[in-house]
Amino acid sequence: MTIEDVQQEIIEEFSVYEDWMDKYGYLIDLGNQLEDLDPKEKTDQNLIKGCQSRVWLVAEKNNGKLQFKGESDAVIVKGLVALLLRVVSDRTPKEIAENELHFIDDLGLKQHLSPTRANGLLAMVKQIKLYAVAYNRLETEGGK
Amino acid sequence: MSYDIQKIRSWFPVLSQQVFNKPLVYFDNAASTQKPVQVLNALQKLHNEFYGNIHRAAHYMADKTTLEFEAVRDKVKDFINAGSREEIIFTKGTTESANLVAASYGEQFLTRGSEIIVSEMEHHSNIVPWQLVALNKGAKIVKLPVSESGELQTGLLPELINSKTRLISVTHVSNVLGTINPIKQIIETAHVRNIPVFIDGAQAVQHIPVDVQELDADFYAFSAHKMYGPNGVGVLYGKKKWLEQLPPYQGGGEMISEVTFEKTTFSEIPFKFEAGTPNITGVAAFGAAIDLLQEIGLDNISAWEHDLLEYATSRLKGINGLKIFGEAPKKSGVISFLIDEIHPFDIGALLDKMGVAVRTGHHCADPLMKFYNIPGTIRASFGIYNTKDEIDLFMDSLKRAKELLN
Repeated sequence: MTIEDVQQEIIEEFSVYEDWMDKYGYLIDLGNQLEDLDPKEKTDQNLIKGCQSRVWLVAEKNNGKLQFKGESDAVIVKGLVALLLRVVSDRTPKEIAENELHFIDDLGLKQHLSPTRANGLLAMVKQIKLYAVAYNRLETEGGK
Repeated sequence: MSYDIQKIRSWFPVLSQQVFNKPLVYFDNAASTQKPVQVLNALQKLHNEFYGNIHRAAHYMADKTTLEFEAVRDKVKDFINAGSREEIIFTKGTTESANLVAASYGEQFLTRGSEIIVSEMEHHSNIVPWQLVALNKGAKIVKLPVSESGELQTGLLPELINSKTRLISVTHVSNVLGTINPIKQIIETAHVRNIPVFIDGAQAVQHIPVDVQELDADFYAFSAHKMYGPNGVGVLYGKKKWLEQLPPYQGGGEMISEVTFEKTTFSEIPFKFEAGTPNITGVAAFGAAIDLLQEIGLDNISAWEHDLLEYATSRLKGINGLKIFGEAPKKSGVISFLIDEIHPFDIGALLDKMGVAVRTGHHCADPLMKFYNIPGTIRASFGIYNTKDEIDLFMDSLKRAKELLN
């Protein structure tokens, strides 16, 4: 499945919920199911500060693919983190760099990406992209 | 007088809408209040009928606008019972008022080693301006600590004040806890040592009657947008004896008496502190907001909101695992709380989708959050148009949010 396929899959999953509370209930379930980071990984370096809640992001590259782990102190944000990880984890830097992450907007959850006083989620999306672009450049330049 | 809630609500058509298919419950009044038709009409009227720049031109439009603008200065003077109209300075808001005093007073009276006492429950806008000027002057900020119940430990003041103390800065009402601070007593204590006091009144003037002469406040600041007036208008009250000693804050038109390239002489107060064209229409509309508050009466507003506070507090206390932050005996209509270990953002996000607008987060008061060792709170804050029925809706929504998150 491509990044786009997974995004479409998520949008479909959410389409069965008509009520906002059901959508959020699903996000809360996802948040609760997401494995917590090792406390040792919750460093200041991995912390993305938001005014409302905090998000931690850990990136690793294995066998040419990026692996992401993340967590948030707010469970709804954690649910959104879980969705993001599902979309971008185990992908090549090139795939992540070239694909637009639009599903949060499509789910009507864009308010959680507001640039100021937000919950660190927008910063997380940017950070993921940044990792991908940086690794991608390393690879292409390294291949020359 | 009986409190005509239906009439008051009719002034705010914005309140009768539905959000996410639920009736709107607006409990974020401490952040900003909604605007009544009187204020919106006043904004329109000025633009439609006689707009011009103030204090400058000698033509009909400008003269009428000037009269309108200056009439609001008189209204503000009466509203807080200032000694004279010259003591009322229009600013962009409380933040600018605080910055003005910090910069101008700091310039004139702070030297290396000077101390400014600032309370631990302040909004960032009443901390950072003092830090900036302290850094610049080599002065020091001294903390007036808060107690677990959310009250200032004013008993410590005599110990904190010394020969280096140059100013005390305290909020009248806490934007997080709702605590009404005993500012009269603080001012009295400070004045024994001839130390002036700056009061952040942003969360006070719309809720309780304020008389700056009775309080003997040296500086008192507030914002129109939290008192049903327009954005971008604020007030700095300053005692004449202080304002006359302070250098200007910003340079520009209006604040000068005579300018040559060698030297400028400045206008008298208040114009010395009002450089450039001010928010003319905003100030005019602010007059309508003050009229409205006077029409209802601050005593009536205070009683109505106190009733809401007591009702909401007792209902909230019925929720298992709910902790209220700020339990001072004298409180304004602000309640901060947390439920169990649930993150405030999660509750706020769910309440939002049920039509309830509250504030979550640190409320621009990080030092206070550090004191309680919490990431933030959920804050419900009431205004003149809120009702017990809305508190019931809020409670139902809160219970549903708790169920979903537990």
